[in-house]
Amino acid sequence: MSDFLTVRVWRGDEQGGFQTFEVPRLESQTVLDVVSHIQRQLDPTLAYRFACRVGMCGSCAMTVNGKARWTCRTHVAKVAADGNLELAPLAHLPVVRDLVTDMSAFFDKWARARGQFHPTATRKDPFARIRPDSAQRINADAGIECIGCGVCYASCDVVQWRPDYLGPAALNRAWTLVNDERDGAQAERLRAVAGDAGCHACHTHLSCTERCPKHISPTAGIAGLKRAAMKAALRGDL
Amino acid sequence: MKTDWRARNHPAWWAFLVHRISGIVLTLFLPFHFWVLGMALNDAARMDDFFAWADRPLVKVAEAGLVILLAAHLTGGLRLMALEFLAWRGWQKDLLAVAAGLTVIAGVVFAYVV
Ligand code: SF4
Ligand code: SF4
Ligand code: FES
Repeated sequence: MSDFLTVRVWRGDEQGGFQTFEVPRLESQTVLDVVSHIQRQLDPTLAYRFACRVGMCGSCAMTVNGKARWTCRTHVAKVAADGNLELAPLAHLPVVRDLVTDMSAFFDKWARARGQFHPTATRKDPFARIRPDSAQRINADAGIECIGCGVCYASCDVVQWRPDYLGPAALNRAWTLVNDERDGAQAERLRAVAGDAGCHACHTHLSCTERCPKHISPTAGIAGLKRAAMKAALRGDL
Repeated sequence: MKTDWRARNHPAWWAFLVHRISGIVLTLFLPFHFWVLGMALNDAARMDDFFAWADRPLVKVAEAGLVILLAAHLTGGLRLMALEFLAWRGWQKDLLAVAAGLTVIAGVVFAYVV
């Protein structure tokens, strides 16, 4: 382990470039620790985002040596064994400044994919009883821990090729709701995700599945949506 | 910003690339294939000449290449259909290995037969 890391950090907007910093190498250092060191000790004008530091809020994702990652839980030892780090903002989102992207398009697509829960009961009704071992509950569980970090979205080639594509995170969210027996907007949701920019645009590259830090497979959910859309179309409901 | 090429370096993305390239090459090959088949109807003598010409090592190697591409495209397509139509339980990378394995076997068998 050398004593210093050479860190190339993206500065400016889309037309910006990399600036190099030397950062002391520490034990158990995370990539976010490196960014914080630069901002606190070397250049206070560096813009970046984080909140929880423990992999819960989803705000700290960046491109680390070419791959989208959550930086608070990515150890330097894992990604920069040779002491070189390259940090850039997430791909496929407009760059606000330095390492900060404008994530509105990403979250707007969750809304377009009908990612909101539509209740069918009121607080006066008894609790819905969902068996933990039912297939639907298991499907929903597999996708429910998403933290909205955008890593999958930044890793998906289809998002780059057709910017209106809803993307893996929004479709994963829709899939968890398709499996929610309590939800009352199933037909609208399926219509929202079955369009050209929805689940059928996915090329099954599995880049989202490869990179999701929560080990979710949006591809599996998207495949589920494709099947659900196909069944609905065969029934004439779509 | 665009996807960095380093982000694409994982097995499933390579499988996509193989599937796409084999698909394009096979599409380009098909018209030629039908043209030669058409000779059987129009000009059988010419077809025999063509087969005589084709009976040389380099062409055989190219044919083996085509068979491998065909096997890769076929197994890759079956893999995709399994991914899309079956429920997921974490066997996705095994499937890729099976597809690659069958492709190699098809290539070896063809090379052995000709
Ligand atoms: S599997 Fe689909 S959603 Fe995921 S990265 Fe590939 S194309 Fe994008
Ligand atoms: S699916 Fe995974 S990679 Fe995508 S936003 Fe959710 S947690 Fe992040
Ligand atoms: S800072 Fe919250 S997930 Fe990294």
